[in-house]
Amino acid sequence: MNEEKFSIEFNHLTKTFGDHTVLNGLDFNIHEGKITTILGFSGAGKSTLLKHILGIFHPTDGQVKVLGQDLRNLNEKQIREFRTNFGMVFQYAALFDSMTIFENVAFPMREFENLSEEQIKKKVISLLEQVGLEEHAYYKLPSEISGGMRKRVGLARALALKPKVMLYDEPTTGLDPITTHMVDDLIRNTHQGNSDIKMTSVIISHDIAATLRISDYVAFLEKGRVVEHSAVEDFRNSSHPVIRKFIELST
Amino acid sequence: MNKKLLLYPVERLGHQMMEIMPALGRISIYMYESFLWFLRPPLRLNLFIQQIVFIGNKSLFIIFLTSSFSGMVFAFQIYTGFTAFSVDSFVGPIVAIAVCKELAPVLSGLVVAGRCGAAMAAEIGTMKVTEQVDALEVMGVNSIQYLAVPKIFATIIAMPMLTAIFMLIANTGSYIVGTKVLGIDSVAYFAKISDFMNLTMVVEGLIKAAVFGYLISVIGTYQGFAVKGGAEGVGKGTNLAVVWGMIVVLVVDFFLTAILNKIL
Repeated sequence: MNEEKFSIEFNHLTKTFGDHTVLNGLDFNIHEGKITTILGFSGAGKSTLLKHILGIFHPTDGQVKVLGQDLRNLNEKQIREFRTNFGMVFQYAALFDSMTIFENVAFPMREFENLSEEQIKKKVISLLEQVGLEEHAYYKLPSEISGGMRKRVGLARALALKPKVMLYDEPTTGLDPITTHMVDDLIRNTHQGNSDIKMTSVIISHDIAATLRISDYVAFLEKGRVVEHSAVEDFRNSSHPVIRKFIELST
Repeated sequence: MNKKLLLYPVERLGHQMMEIMPALGRISIYMYESFLWFLRPPLRLNLFIQQIVFIGNKSLFIIFLTSSFSGMVFAFQIYTGFTAFSVDSFVGPIVAIAVCKELAPVLSGLVVAGRCGAAMAAEIGTMKVTEQVDALEVMGVNSIQYLAVPKIFATIIAMPMLTAIFMLIANTGSYIVGTKVLGIDSVAYFAKISDFMNLTMVVEGLIKAAVFGYLISVIGTYQGFAVKGGAEGVGKGTNLAVVWGMIVVLVVDFFLTAILNKIL
């Protein structure tokens, strides 16, 4: 029998801020080596969920296990070390604007790996080639390149330490349809290219078209609860009224 | 009605205290955290050098302007008063003591608070609103250690250096005005300075400068991390960094003077 393996497990996760409950007894697991998209309306608790995965927030009640580890049991130093298992692509790339593209991608290597400058250069160039960035952009500042290129650089930087879990926060927000397709393909290709390490990809998104195109699993959040978590085909045919409405409004 | 009116100021005071106390608590925690990260490796020497260049070297011109004109103006003003009592040779020591003990650390502090405190808040604040600070944290890099500690360390080192330069230039300015413009005898000018000045006064000024450097940089970086919202938030944070930096320099100067006068 093929036993399912999970990279991230949410067990009755509840998070409240004062009187406001953002996540309300959330129960679902994210499959190892698969692309899971977390969909939901604005304010549904997607970003809060992401911060629990990263150990920035801790549950008010319940438990979050990432790669088999309950992050509450780790001290601050251990959490920081643990975060090297993650790669994150931010909504607007969040590149360090005082550094060149090359320096941005080299940054995690300089911080966490004991490599020579020659090795760093080789690795950075390989990553930038992997995300399809041309050589003339390597020594430009982030302000000198387009939004799509910034996303590619953000992805290259996130991949620098060969993460086990890749997190994407609204990766296609603010991009034109062609660039959106390009980023989707890049996410899919990156995921497939790292299948040797069984990389798990988690995407936080509003974009239903991209979700249906690239995801293996979809979790739909509404008012702090998961109302549907299923394989993408099942999700497409879901009869849940809120999901139907979301799909209809988005397409 | 009368009771309400009577209670109004108390109520207002209570509200203000409820705003001030958590802010004081937050900045105390920040000071403690930044101090802890100060002691932990890695020591980011390249970032420290960059900050020394920015805070020290690039403040030299404005320090030169402020110090030279303060020294010269002070010599004029003291001379006007002292000639009435025929003690114009005391211009040298009075200017020297005032500059070394007070003017140099306080004016350097105000200049650095205005120039560097604002820049620290603006830089970190912009990084905060564009998620660059989050990016550091997600990578496992402590943002306080990476962004704030080199700035705090550099300001603590740069401030006494700038203050020492301020002392030198202000006294040179005063000497030039005193001897070349006002006609004070240059031998008497130096003789009086050596009679009344001592090294402790210079040390007092340098200690004050280091303390101001620490406070200005802590306030500047704290206001950067506290930024919320977009460009408006960055503007507010920058403004608060300058205002509080200057207020703290002036207020702490009073208490430091009282303490150092007893110790030194």
